[in-house]
Amino acid sequence: MNRKIIFFLVALILWFLFTFNLNYDEIIVGIFVSLLSAFIFGGYFIEKPIKIFQIHRWFWLLVYIPIFAYKCIEANLDVALRVLHPGMPLKPGIIKIKTSLKTEIAKTFLANSITLTPGTMTCEIDGDTLYIHWIWIKEEEEEKAKKMIAQTFEKYLKRIFE
Amino acid sequence: MIFYYLGWISIIFGVIFNLLGALGLVKFPDLYNRMQASTKCVTIGTCGIMLGIFFIRGFNQMGIKALICALFILFTMPVAAHALSRGSLLFGTKLWHKSVIDKFGEDKKGYSQISKEDEAT
Amino acid sequence: MSILIITLSLAAFFSLYRALRGPSISDRAIAVDIMSILFCGITALMAFRYNLPYLLDLSITIAILAFIGTLALAKYLEGRHLDD
Repeated sequence: MNRKIIFFLVALILWFLFTFNLNYDEIIVGIFVSLLSAFIFGGYFIEKPIKIFQIHRWFWLLVYIPIFAYKCIEANLDVALRVLHPGMPLKPGIIKIKTSLKTEIAKTFLANSITLTPGTMTCEIDGDTLYIHWIWIKEEEEEKAKKMIAQTFEKYLKRIFE
Repeated sequence: MIFYYLGWISIIFGVIFNLLGALGLVKFPDLYNRMQASTKCVTIGTCGIMLGIFFIRGFNQMGIKALICALFILFTMPVAAHALSRGSLLFGTKLWHKSVIDKFGEDKKGYSQISKEDEAT
Repeated sequence: MSILIITLSLAAFFSLYRALRGPSISDRAIAVDIMSILFCGITALMAFRYNLPYLLDLSITIAILAFIGTLALAKYLEGRHLDD
Protein backbone atom coordinates (compact mmCIF):
# COMPACT_ATOMS: atom_id res chain seq x y z
CA MET A 1 0.00 0.00 0.00
CA ASN A 2 2.89 2.29 0.91
CA ARG A 3 4.44 1.75 -2.51
CA LYS A 4 1.22 2.62 -4.30
CA ILE A 5 0.82 5.95 -2.51
CA ILE A 6 4.35 7.06 -3.39
CA PHE A 7 3.90 5.86 -6.98
CA PHE A 8 0.72 7.98 -7.13
CA LEU A 9 2.59 11.09 -5.94
CA VAL A 10 5.43 10.62 -8.45
CA ALA A 11 2.98 10.09 -11.33
CA LEU A 12 0.97 13.17 -10.35
CA ILE A 13 4.10 15.38 -10.24
CA LEU A 14 5.14 14.06 -13.67
CA TRP A 15 1.66 14.82 -15.06
CA PHE A 16 1.79 18.42 -13.82
CA LEU A 17 5.25 18.87 -15.34
CA PHE A 18 3.90 17.63 -18.67
CA THR A 19 0.76 19.74 -18.93
CA PHE A 20 2.24 22.79 -17.16
CA ASN A 21 -0.97 24.60 -16.32
CA LEU A 22 -3.38 24.42 -13.39
CA ASN A 23 -6.90 24.43 -14.84
CA TYR A 24 -9.22 22.33 -12.72
CA ASP A 25 -10.16 19.91 -15.53
CA GLU A 26 -6.46 19.09 -16.01
CA ILE A 27 -6.19 18.43 -12.26
CA ILE A 28 -9.19 16.07 -12.27
CA VAL A 29 -7.94 14.06 -15.26
CA GLY A 30 -4.42 13.90 -13.75
CA ILE A 31 -5.65 12.55 -10.41
CA PHE A 32 -7.83 9.95 -12.14
CA VAL A 33 -5.07 8.70 -14.46
CA SER A 34 -2.42 8.53 -11.71
CA LEU A 35 -4.84 6.64 -9.43
CA LEU A 36 -5.52 4.11 -12.19
CA SER A 37 -1.84 3.58 -13.01
CA ALA A 38 -0.96 3.35 -9.30
CA PHE A 39 -3.49 0.55 -8.83
CA ILE A 40 -2.23 -1.36 -11.86
CA PHE A 41 1.54 -0.83 -11.78
CA GLY A 42 2.21 0.11 -8.14
CA GLY A 43 3.35 -3.40 -7.28
CA TYR A 44 6.33 -3.15 -9.64
CA PHE A 45 7.77 -0.03 -7.98
CA ILE A 46 11.12 -0.06 -6.11
CA GLU A 47 11.38 -1.74 -2.70
CA LYS A 48 11.41 0.49 0.38
CA PRO A 49 10.33 3.70 -1.41
CA ILE A 50 10.84 5.70 1.80
CA LYS A 51 14.46 6.10 0.61
CA ILE A 52 13.24 8.78 -1.82
CA PHE A 53 12.72 11.23 1.04
CA GLN A 54 16.15 10.89 2.68
CA ILE A 55 18.20 14.00 1.97
CA HIS A 56 21.75 12.63 2.00
CA ARG A 57 21.02 10.28 -0.89
CA TRP A 58 20.08 13.26 -3.08
CA PHE A 59 23.32 14.99 -2.02
CA TRP A 60 25.43 12.02 -3.16
CA LEU A 61 23.41 11.93 -6.39
CA LEU A 62 24.39 15.57 -7.00
CA VAL A 63 28.04 14.62 -6.39
CA TYR A 64 27.71 11.64 -8.76
CA ILE A 65 26.29 13.53 -11.75
CA PRO A 66 29.42 15.66 -12.67
CA ILE A 67 31.74 12.63 -12.40
CA PHE A 68 29.40 10.63 -14.64
CA ALA A 69 29.07 13.49 -17.17
CA TYR A 70 32.87 13.88 -17.38
CA LYS A 71 33.37 10.15 -17.98
CA CYS A 72 30.56 10.16 -20.55
CA ILE A 73 32.03 12.98 -22.66
CA GLU A 74 35.48 11.35 -22.46
CA ALA A 75 33.92 8.09 -23.72
CA ASN A 76 32.28 9.80 -26.65
CA LEU A 77 35.46 11.55 -27.77
CA ASP A 78 37.27 8.20 -27.56
CA VAL A 79 34.68 6.38 -29.68
CA ALA A 80 34.50 9.27 -32.17
CA LEU A 81 38.29 9.11 -32.65
CA ARG A 82 38.06 5.37 -33.25
CA VAL A 83 35.34 5.92 -35.87
CA LEU A 84 37.37 8.56 -37.73
CA HIS A 85 40.69 6.65 -37.53
CA PRO A 86 41.41 4.96 -40.89
CA GLY A 87 43.14 1.86 -39.46
CA MET A 88 40.25 0.77 -37.15
CA PRO A 89 42.13 0.29 -33.83
CA LEU A 90 39.94 -2.46 -32.32
CA LYS A 91 40.82 -5.35 -29.98
CA PRO A 92 37.39 -6.46 -28.70
CA GLY A 93 36.40 -9.25 -26.33
CA ILE A 94 34.05 -10.23 -23.51
CA ILE A 95 35.30 -10.34 -19.90
CA LYS A 96 33.54 -10.80 -16.56
CA ILE A 97 33.69 -8.92 -13.25
CA LYS A 98 31.99 -9.38 -9.90
CA THR A 99 30.09 -6.61 -8.14
CA SER A 100 29.32 -6.14 -4.46
CA LEU A 101 26.05 -4.21 -4.87
CA LYS A 102 22.93 -5.95 -3.55
CA THR A 103 19.68 -4.27 -4.61
CA GLU A 104 18.23 -4.54 -8.10
CA ILE A 105 18.04 -0.81 -8.85
CA ALA A 106 21.67 -0.25 -7.86
CA LYS A 107 22.75 -3.02 -10.25
CA THR A 108 20.63 -1.45 -12.98
CA PHE A 109 22.29 1.92 -12.49
CA LEU A 110 25.75 0.31 -12.43
CA ALA A 111 25.03 -1.48 -15.72
CA ASN A 112 23.74 1.71 -17.34
CA SER A 113 26.77 3.69 -16.17
CA ILE A 114 29.14 1.02 -17.52
CA THR A 115 27.35 1.06 -20.86
CA LEU A 116 27.74 4.82 -21.22
CA THR A 117 31.44 5.03 -20.24
CA PRO A 118 34.68 4.44 -22.19
CA GLY A 119 34.51 1.49 -24.54
CA THR A 120 32.54 -0.91 -22.34
CA MET A 121 29.04 -2.39 -22.67
CA THR A 122 27.19 -4.70 -20.30
CA CYS A 123 25.98 -7.87 -22.00
CA GLU A 124 24.51 -10.01 -19.21
CA ILE A 125 23.81 -9.76 -15.48
CA ASP A 126 23.71 -13.11 -13.70
CA GLY A 127 23.41 -12.76 -9.92
CA ASP A 128 26.45 -10.69 -8.98
CA THR A 129 28.48 -11.40 -12.13
CA LEU A 130 28.56 -8.90 -14.97
CA TYR A 131 29.72 -9.90 -18.48
CA ILE A 132 31.20 -6.89 -20.23
CA HIS A 133 32.09 -6.35 -23.90
CA TRP A 134 35.21 -4.16 -24.07
CA ILE A 135 36.32 -2.50 -27.29
CA TRP A 136 40.05 -2.39 -26.39
CA ILE A 137 41.07 -5.11 -23.92
CA LYS A 138 43.70 -3.87 -21.46
CA GLU A 139 43.38 -6.47 -18.71
CA GLU A 140 41.85 -9.95 -18.69
CA GLU A 141 41.87 -10.81 -14.97
CA GLU A 142 38.79 -10.10 -12.88
CA GLU A 143 40.23 -7.96 -10.07
CA LYS A 144 42.34 -5.60 -12.18
CA ALA A 145 39.57 -5.18 -14.75
CA LYS A 146 37.11 -4.35 -11.97
CA LYS A 147 39.52 -1.76 -10.59
CA MET A 148 39.74 -0.12 -14.03
CA ILE A 149 36.02 -0.16 -14.89
CA ALA A 150 33.69 -0.13 -11.93
CA GLN A 151 35.52 1.07 -8.79
CA THR A 152 34.48 4.74 -8.74
CA PHE A 153 30.87 4.09 -9.73
CA GLU A 154 30.37 1.41 -7.08
CA LYS A 155 31.65 3.68 -4.32
CA TYR A 156 29.06 6.37 -5.05
CA LEU A 157 26.17 4.08 -5.98
CA LYS A 158 26.52 2.27 -2.66
CA ARG A 159 26.08 5.58 -0.88
CA ILE A 160 23.10 6.56 -3.01
CA PHE A 161 21.01 3.40 -3.04
CA GLU A 162 21.99 1.21 -0.05
CA MET B 1 23.07 35.30 -22.09
CA ILE B 2 25.74 32.70 -21.36
CA PHE B 3 23.03 30.02 -21.35
CA TYR B 4 22.08 31.05 -24.90
CA TYR B 5 25.56 30.35 -26.29
CA LEU B 6 25.91 27.22 -24.11
CA GLY B 7 22.66 25.91 -25.60
CA TRP B 8 23.80 26.47 -29.19
CA ILE B 9 27.17 24.80 -28.51
CA SER B 10 25.35 21.84 -26.96
CA ILE B 11 23.00 21.47 -29.96
CA ILE B 12 25.83 21.63 -32.52
CA PHE B 13 27.98 19.09 -30.66
CA GLY B 14 24.94 16.83 -30.32
CA VAL B 15 24.33 16.83 -34.07
CA ILE B 16 28.02 16.10 -34.78
CA PHE B 17 28.01 13.17 -32.32
CA ASN B 18 24.83 11.81 -33.93
CA LEU B 19 26.49 11.88 -37.37
CA LEU B 20 29.61 10.11 -36.02
CA GLY B 21 27.50 7.46 -34.33
CA ALA B 22 25.65 6.67 -37.56
CA LEU B 23 28.99 6.57 -39.42
CA GLY B 24 30.27 4.05 -36.86
CA LEU B 25 27.15 1.97 -37.49
CA VAL B 26 28.20 1.70 -41.15
CA LYS B 27 31.94 1.27 -40.67
CA PHE B 28 32.60 -1.15 -37.79
CA PRO B 29 33.03 -4.87 -38.49
CA ASP B 30 30.64 -6.80 -36.22
CA LEU B 31 27.40 -6.42 -34.27
CA TYR B 32 28.81 -5.72 -30.81
CA ASN B 33 31.26 -3.03 -31.95
CA ARG B 34 28.52 -1.37 -33.98
CA MET B 35 26.27 -1.41 -30.94
CA GLN B 36 28.97 0.21 -28.77
CA ALA B 37 29.63 3.10 -31.15
CA SER B 38 26.07 3.84 -32.16
CA THR B 39 24.46 3.53 -28.71
CA LYS B 40 26.96 5.76 -26.90
CA CYS B 41 27.20 8.47 -29.55
CA VAL B 42 23.49 8.67 -30.38
CA THR B 43 22.43 8.71 -26.72
CA ILE B 44 24.72 11.57 -25.78
CA GLY B 45 23.97 13.39 -29.04
CA THR B 46 20.20 13.40 -28.64
CA CYS B 47 20.51 14.28 -24.94
CA GLY B 48 22.74 17.18 -26.03
CA ILE B 49 20.07 18.47 -28.43
CA MET B 50 17.37 18.27 -25.74
CA LEU B 51 19.58 19.93 -23.09
CA GLY B 52 20.40 22.69 -25.57
CA ILE B 53 16.70 23.40 -26.08
CA PHE B 54 16.27 23.43 -22.29
CA PHE B 55 19.16 25.91 -21.85
CA ILE B 56 17.81 28.30 -24.47
CA ARG B 57 14.10 28.19 -23.58
CA GLY B 58 14.44 27.98 -19.78
CA PHE B 59 11.70 26.90 -17.38
CA ASN B 60 8.58 27.01 -19.52
CA GLN B 61 6.50 24.30 -21.16
CA MET B 62 8.98 23.53 -23.93
CA GLY B 63 12.07 23.44 -21.73
CA ILE B 64 10.50 21.11 -19.15
CA LYS B 65 9.30 18.72 -21.86
CA ALA B 66 12.75 18.65 -23.45
CA LEU B 67 14.34 17.90 -20.06
CA ILE B 68 11.94 14.99 -19.42
CA CYS B 69 12.63 13.62 -22.91
CA ALA B 70 16.41 13.80 -22.30
CA LEU B 71 16.08 11.89 -19.01
CA PHE B 72 13.89 9.26 -20.65
CA ILE B 73 16.37 8.64 -23.49
CA LEU B 74 19.29 8.55 -21.03
CA PHE B 75 17.58 5.81 -19.00
CA THR B 76 16.15 3.64 -21.77
CA MET B 77 18.79 3.47 -24.53
CA PRO B 78 21.37 1.49 -22.46
CA VAL B 79 18.65 -0.90 -21.31
CA ALA B 80 17.59 -1.58 -24.91
CA ALA B 81 21.19 -2.14 -26.01
CA HIS B 82 21.81 -4.49 -23.07
CA ALA B 83 18.69 -6.55 -23.81
CA LEU B 84 19.48 -6.79 -27.52
CA SER B 85 23.12 -7.83 -26.98
CA ARG B 86 22.09 -10.47 -24.43
CA GLY B 87 19.46 -11.82 -26.80
CA SER B 88 21.86 -12.06 -29.72
CA LEU B 89 24.57 -13.69 -27.55
CA LEU B 90 22.10 -16.38 -26.49
CA PHE B 91 20.84 -16.68 -30.08
CA GLY B 92 24.38 -17.37 -31.31
CA THR B 93 25.55 -14.35 -33.28
CA LYS B 94 29.34 -14.68 -33.72
CA LEU B 95 31.98 -12.17 -32.64
CA TRP B 96 34.55 -10.66 -35.02
CA HIS B 97 37.48 -12.91 -35.99
CA LYS B 98 40.12 -10.63 -34.43
CA SER B 99 38.46 -10.72 -30.99
CA VAL B 100 40.70 -11.72 -28.13
CA ILE B 101 38.64 -13.47 -25.47
CA ASP B 102 35.04 -14.64 -24.93
CA LYS B 103 34.25 -15.46 -21.29
CA PHE B 104 30.48 -15.55 -21.87
CA GLY B 105 30.56 -18.36 -24.43
CA GLU B 106 33.08 -20.35 -22.36
CA ASP B 107 30.93 -20.10 -19.22
CA LYS B 108 27.40 -20.47 -20.59
CA LYS B 109 27.74 -22.55 -23.75
CA GLY B 110 31.00 -24.44 -23.34
CA TYR B 111 32.68 -23.11 -26.48
CA SER B 112 33.92 -19.74 -27.64
CA GLN B 113 31.74 -17.80 -30.08
CA ILE B 114 34.54 -16.09 -32.03
CA SER B 115 34.09 -16.60 -35.76
CA LYS B 116 36.61 -18.01 -38.23
CA GLU B 117 38.75 -15.92 -40.58
CA ASP B 118 36.57 -16.02 -43.70
CA GLU B 119 33.08 -15.98 -42.17
CA ALA B 120 31.00 -12.87 -42.80
CA THR B 121 29.74 -11.05 -39.70
CA MET C 1 19.22 25.53 -38.39
CA SER C 2 18.31 23.88 -41.71
CA ILE C 3 21.89 22.60 -41.98
CA LEU C 4 21.54 20.79 -38.65
CA ILE C 5 18.30 19.08 -39.74
CA ILE C 6 19.86 18.04 -43.07
CA THR C 7 22.88 16.59 -41.21
CA LEU C 8 20.60 14.50 -39.01
CA SER C 9 18.77 13.24 -42.11
CA LEU C 10 22.13 12.18 -43.59
CA ALA C 11 22.83 10.20 -40.40
CA ALA C 12 19.39 8.56 -40.76
CA PHE C 13 20.36 7.53 -44.31
CA PHE C 14 23.53 5.85 -42.97
CA SER C 15 21.51 3.77 -40.51
CA LEU C 16 18.97 2.96 -43.25
CA TYR C 17 21.88 1.51 -45.27
CA ARG C 18 22.78 -0.75 -42.34
CA ALA C 19 19.13 -1.78 -41.91
CA LEU C 20 18.88 -2.84 -45.57
CA ARG C 21 22.29 -4.50 -45.78
CA GLY C 22 22.83 -5.98 -42.29
CA PRO C 23 23.73 -9.68 -42.18
CA SER C 24 21.86 -10.68 -39.01
CA ILE C 25 18.52 -9.83 -37.41
CA SER C 26 20.11 -7.93 -34.52
CA ASP C 27 21.91 -5.61 -36.94
CA ARG C 28 18.64 -4.58 -38.48
CA ALA C 29 17.02 -4.16 -35.08
CA ILE C 30 19.73 -1.86 -33.71
CA ALA C 31 19.75 0.13 -36.97
CA VAL C 32 15.99 0.74 -36.78
CA ASP C 33 16.31 1.69 -33.11
CA ILE C 34 19.06 4.23 -33.88
CA MET C 35 16.99 5.61 -36.76
CA SER C 36 13.99 6.15 -34.47
CA ILE C 37 16.10 8.07 -31.97
CA LEU C 38 17.47 10.22 -34.81
CA PHE C 39 13.89 11.01 -35.89
CA CYS C 40 13.19 11.95 -32.27
CA GLY C 41 16.05 14.46 -32.49
CA ILE C 42 14.78 15.84 -35.82
CA THR C 43 11.29 16.34 -34.35
CA ALA C 44 12.75 18.18 -31.35
CA LEU C 45 14.75 20.48 -33.63
CA MET C 46 11.63 21.26 -35.70
CA ALA C 47 9.69 22.02 -32.50
CA PHE C 48 12.48 24.38 -31.50
CA ARG C 49 12.59 26.10 -34.89
CA TYR C 50 8.86 26.74 -35.33
CA ASN C 51 8.27 27.25 -31.58
CA LEU C 52 5.57 24.57 -31.26
CA PRO C 53 5.76 22.84 -27.83
CA TYR C 54 3.38 20.00 -28.69
CA LEU C 55 5.81 18.50 -31.23
CA LEU C 56 7.97 17.49 -28.23
CA ASP C 57 5.14 15.15 -27.11
CA LEU C 58 5.55 13.45 -30.47
CA SER C 59 9.29 13.02 -29.91
CA ILE C 60 8.71 11.41 -26.47
CA THR C 61 6.20 9.04 -28.09
CA ILE C 62 8.71 8.02 -30.79
CA ALA C 63 11.32 7.25 -28.09
CA ILE C 64 8.85 5.09 -26.13
CA LEU C 65 7.80 3.13 -29.23
CA ALA C 66 11.42 2.46 -30.25
CA PHE C 67 12.23 1.18 -26.74
CA ILE C 68 9.24 -1.19 -26.62
CA GLY C 69 9.91 -2.56 -30.10
CA THR C 70 13.57 -3.30 -29.36
CA LEU C 71 12.72 -5.02 -26.06
CA ALA C 72 10.10 -7.22 -27.76
CA LEU C 73 12.55 -8.32 -30.45
CA ALA C 74 15.25 -9.03 -27.83
CA LYS C 75 12.84 -11.27 -25.90
CA TYR C 76 11.99 -13.08 -29.14
CA LEU C 77 15.67 -13.68 -29.88
CA GLU C 78 16.21 -15.19 -26.44
CA GLY C 79 13.56 -17.77 -27.27
CA ARG C 80 11.24 -16.90 -24.41
CA HIS C 81 7.62 -15.85 -24.33
CA LEU C 82 6.74 -12.19 -24.32
CA ASP C 83 5.02 -12.19 -20.94
CA ASP C 84 7.83 -12.88 -18.46
